[in-house]
Amino acid sequence: MKALVWHGKEDIRCDTVSDPEIEHPRDAVIKVTSCAICGSDLHLFHNYIPAMMPGDIMGHETMGEVVEVGSGVNGKLKKGDRIVVPFTIICGECEQCKRGNFSVCETTNRNKHLAEKVFGHTTAGLFGYTHLTGGYPGGQAEYLRVPYADATHIKVPDGMTDEQALFLSDIFPTGWQGAAQCDIEPDDTVAVWGCGPVGQMAIRSAILLGAKQVVAIDRIPERLAMAEAGGAITINFDKESVVERLNELTDNKGPEKCIDCVGFESHISMAQPDSVLDRAKQMFMLENDRPHALREIIYVCRPGGIVSIPGVYSGFSDMVPMGALMNKGLTIRTGQTHVNRWTEDLKQRIAEGQIDPSFVITHTVPLAQGPEMYRAFRDKQDSCVKVVLKP
Amino acid sequence: MFHFSNLVRSKGDPKIIATGPSSLTAADRLARGLGWFSIALGTLELLAPHRVTRALGMEGREGLVRAYGVRELLTGVMTLSVEKKAGLWSRVAGDGLDMATLLGEVRPSNPRVGTVMAALVMVGGITVLDYLAAQDVARQHDARRGRKRLYFDRSGFPKGVTAARGAAALPRPTSTPAAT
Ligand SMILES: NC(=O)c1ccc[n+]([C@@H]2O[C@H](COP(=O)([O-])OP(=O)(O)OC[C@H]3O[C@@H](n4cnc5c(N)ncnc54)[C@H](O)[C@@H]3O)[C@@H](O)[C@H]2O)c1
Ligand SMILES: [Zn+2]
Ligand SMILES: [Zn+2]
Repeated sequence: MKALVWHGKEDIRCDTVSDPEIEHPRDAVIKVTSCAICGSDLHLFHNYIPAMMPGDIMGHETMGEVVEVGSGVNGKLKKGDRIVVPFTIICGECEQCKRGNFSVCETTNRNKHLAEKVFGHTTAGLFGYTHLTGGYPGGQAEYLRVPYADATHIKVPDGMTDEQALFLSDIFPTGWQGAAQCDIEPDDTVAVWGCGPVGQMAIRSAILLGAKQVVAIDRIPERLAMAEAGGAITINFDKESVVERLNELTDNKGPEKCIDCVGFESHISMAQPDSVLDRAKQMFMLENDRPHALREIIYVCRPGGIVSIPGVYSGFSDMVPMGALMNKGLTIRTGQTHVNRWTEDLKQRIAEGQIDPSFVITHTVPLAQGPEMYRAFRDKQDSCVKVVLKP
Repeated sequence: MFHFSNLVRSKGDPKIIATGPSSLTAADRLARGLGWFSIALGTLELLAPHRVTRALGMEGREGLVRAYGVRELLTGVMTLSVEKKAGLWSRVAGDGLDMATLLGEVRPSNPRVGTVMAALVMVGGITVLDYLAAQDVARQHDARRGRKRLYFDRSGFPKGVTAARGAAALPRPTSTPAAT
């Protein structure tokens, strides 16, 4: 089959690989009908996340049709079912899964010993995302083996298109969790840093959850326009001071709730000298992350407020203002998304027409164009916001 | 096709059979070559500056050559990184410094003036490559490529933004399964 394969920094190729096979009774194999490129894939593209190996298949936003089921799937899935595959592989029966903390499932990471060394304790297995989280082949391919398939799936209701359902795999629940863990109240100003696909979903979620105002921060005009379409007030950080504007919009008190949808690859610019220093340190392996957005958030957030971090951080971040964080009494909530915690609720909202996540798709191309689309998405060319690949 | 990395895959994992077109552009590959060249030259200048000064008849300036070696290593690392555009432009600036230094050694009293001239030609060639690579990389990764569209029509709310505001306001405390 064809698949998008990681060969090294900025080197993703559309290779011919052998088809995946059922290994374990709880596995299933799907024929992929749609898959997407995520901002998290860009971190791998840039080789910032440790423990990638040449030959790893990319992709963790995938859906398709079940073509083979193992003997242990116990009737939970059958051939022909249409499913979305959550990016977190879950067993459904461990202590964490039972609490709804699916992204830290204790069972599914097949390289637990590595994760324990690096994180202290293991987290869930993830598709197409480093050997620290199991090194499971990803779904930017014609076929995908789904481990623990009896639990790791989302059935697609009849009548829902691929485009409407696909983002239940990751970015929709990610944006939703980012907003939900802010405990939004009717008087709240919610500020969202980053208007990529995750930021767009977080903005819509904060609107649905009833924030008084939602403020969106980025520098890319087409993404800011999309944020405005979703009901946000926008700040272009190339043109205006984020801190001043946010204070202006909140009677000088700062937003109660801040969501970091940027992550550790904050934009590098001379206007933000800390980002240049971070980049230099990254180059010589003195620091892993560029946490400019996070520093700004801690600085501008209202005392007693909540900082929600769906954006990915990879390792060590320097000069995070712990003094401000502590003295202002901020609450931090973060994590890879507990996808299945939100599934039924969000599926319902799509079915009812409350939201249609397909608005974010700007490019739909065959799988073979994947390598060049990684570039276009990274370089923000052709007004690219979200790429869907059709194998 | 043998791929070392296939060894770490489990039995049912797909393994590479044949490799296809890459996301790396020709300019990216040229940048990579220049980056490694920078690293190699920098290492030589840093560790064996005497060989360089002797060849060019500029004995006594080993300190300068070492400093240039450090510069080559820094620009090399930058050129090999995602920030290759900055790396290549700093290489072009470095090439200018190299040429100025070499021109200073073109004097009748220098017995190795021939080697200096040859080095000048070589640096000139590399400068052209650096310059072209920098321009190509900038062009290929320019955010202005492609159509410009704004998305003011993509609300994502089939019933409109006004209807969406607060449509999902949860009764507090949240009804999600207990977070820890
Ligand atoms: N927690 C999870 O489970 C989860 C799931 C999916 C994605 N993510 C992470 O979310 C982040 C965003 O993903 P995405 O797909 O939207 O990626 P993206 O790269 O398309 O979006 C990032 C956006 O942030 C903007 N940005 C950069 N620096 C900024 C700054 N200083 N201030 C404001 N905006 C800035 C960029 O212009 C870009 O539009 C990534 O780190 C990704 O890995 C996390
Ligand atoms: Zn993702
Ligand atoms: Zn589990």
